[in-house]
Amino acid sequence: MKLRTDFPLLANYPGLHYLDSAATSQKPQVVLDALRDFYETANANPHRGAYSLSVRATECYHQARVRIAQFLGVRDSDCLIFTRGTTEGLNLVAESWGFANVSSGDEIVVTALDHHANFVPWQVLAMRKGAKFRICELTPDGKIDLDFLSAMLNKRTKVVAFNHVSNAIGTINPVAEIGRLVREKTDAILVCDGAQSAPHFPVSFDSLGVDFYAFSGHKMLGPMGIGGLIGKREMLEEIPPYQTGGDMIEFVHDDRTTWNVLPHKFEAGTPNAANAVGLAAAVDYLDGIGMDRVIAHERSLMSIAQKQLAAIDGIQIYGPPAAERSGVISFTMSDVHPHDLATILDGEGVCIRAGHHCAQPLMRRLDVPATARASFYVYNDESDIDALVAGIIKAREIFAYVET
Amino acid sequence: MSAEVSALYQEMILDHYRRPRNKGTLENADASVEMKNPLCGDEIGLQVTFDGDAVRDLRFSGRGCSISLASASMMTQLVKGKGRDEIDAIRSQFRDLMLGVASGADESRLGALRALSGVARFPARVKCALLAWNALESALNGHTP
Repeated sequence: MKLRTDFPLLANYPGLHYLDSAATSQKPQVVLDALRDFYETANANPHRGAYSLSVRATECYHQARVRIAQFLGVRDSDCLIFTRGTTEGLNLVAESWGFANVSSGDEIVVTALDHHANFVPWQVLAMRKGAKFRICELTPDGKIDLDFLSAMLNKRTKVVAFNHVSNAIGTINPVAEIGRLVREKTDAILVCDGAQSAPHFPVSFDSLGVDFYAFSGHKMLGPMGIGGLIGKREMLEEIPPYQTGGDMIEFVHDDRTTWNVLPHKFEAGTPNAANAVGLAAAVDYLDGIGMDRVIAHERSLMSIAQKQLAAIDGIQIYGPPAAERSGVISFTMSDVHPHDLATILDGEGVCIRAGHHCAQPLMRRLDVPATARASFYVYNDESDIDALVAGIIKAREIFAYVET
Repeated sequence: MSAEVSALYQEMILDHYRRPRNKGTLENADASVEMKNPLCGDEIGLQVTFDGDAVRDLRFSGRGCSISLASASMMTQLVKGKGRDEIDAIRSQFRDLMLGVASGADESRLGALRALSGVARFPARVKCALLAWNALESALNGHTP
């Protein structure tokens, strides 16, 4: 794929090797154009005005929802709630569903692979409700241990939260198998963090078998500050709103208020219409490539990177075998701390992430304070891997200096 | 390699990273502090014994990058035997150096720490260099001579 020229930021920095798409992706011209076009031709407050410009803004916002729902395999597009991103979507479930349905003595299950955004909201909910917070452990190669999971499930389990793909080490989790285990043994809801799956391979919510799925627009070529939560209609209708205010009400009486229908019930305040339109343009762009090709491209880069990195002395790569990961390679290098490595790579124009990747429980289990992480997307090619490898070798030279 | 990166990873820094001075723990420490850099998960433990308001001895432990460990190692060498006022002055001068604030003060009293001056060009790394110093400040604040 030769898509680099579609991305103005990458065109502005010809020597830049952007390998941090698991943190946030770059934006193609079509997304920037869509944002600008909305503000230049359609901007007004949706759902408010009787004038035609407001009607146009409302239509743009509505069409964006329908388009993104179609991309993620959601037939009932009103079940796609726009949020600021994955974090807000998961907090919505923990707060609205959790507050109404979890009580003292119940059990909430997360995994040691989860991002803090799908860990902390449940930990806090458990503490507030006096519920038991349980962590499913991992296999030695960084997958959810399904035997461990199966053994910890019981009739008191109310929530099983997990990620579709690990942001820290790239593990792709077997959603269907997890779903089957959970449905067999419990009446728990399944909450899936899709921040790292929606951008990288085809996802169909309606056949995924989970109750809630959250994702972030900015990781899938869309703008920052927009994402979504998809839920089953009966659950979304049953649970209380997350935030209250404008747009989400039906009638406000002096002594009580009734709620608007889905999706508005969960979208208090002026909606983020421009960014929704930008995200719709991003999914158009991704569909133009084809999500099967997106993952195939990442896999091919991944297998090259895996081979080259594994050949360097002192590199340890975390997670399952490359063929079972998304486009994420997480590693450490003996004697060179990930932060030092990231600084030296930065000097070579290579952007990687160094740190705990918002997954401190996982870092503890890997027994490292931090790892270095390179992640791939549609605009990367082999030259990015070459630059990464050259930078790593340079780092080793710098740090070998005092040994002589 | 960029000039900034070469300036950052000076031999002196790598030497302190490889062979940290005053690493370990102290028995009967008067103050014991644990500090973390939440950004990267790096952590440092610092133990201090006092002689009046002066630091008699200190040791550090923990794991971190070359910048945080070299800064800790150099700090322990520099502040040993010094009184509170002098340490505060050095700490404040070092902080200015890291934040790129020209203080105009004589830098010679920073000794080996001057090797860390390149950090100012890397805002993401300033916290690494200051971690040990924040731990020392906390230890000093908890001590009443």
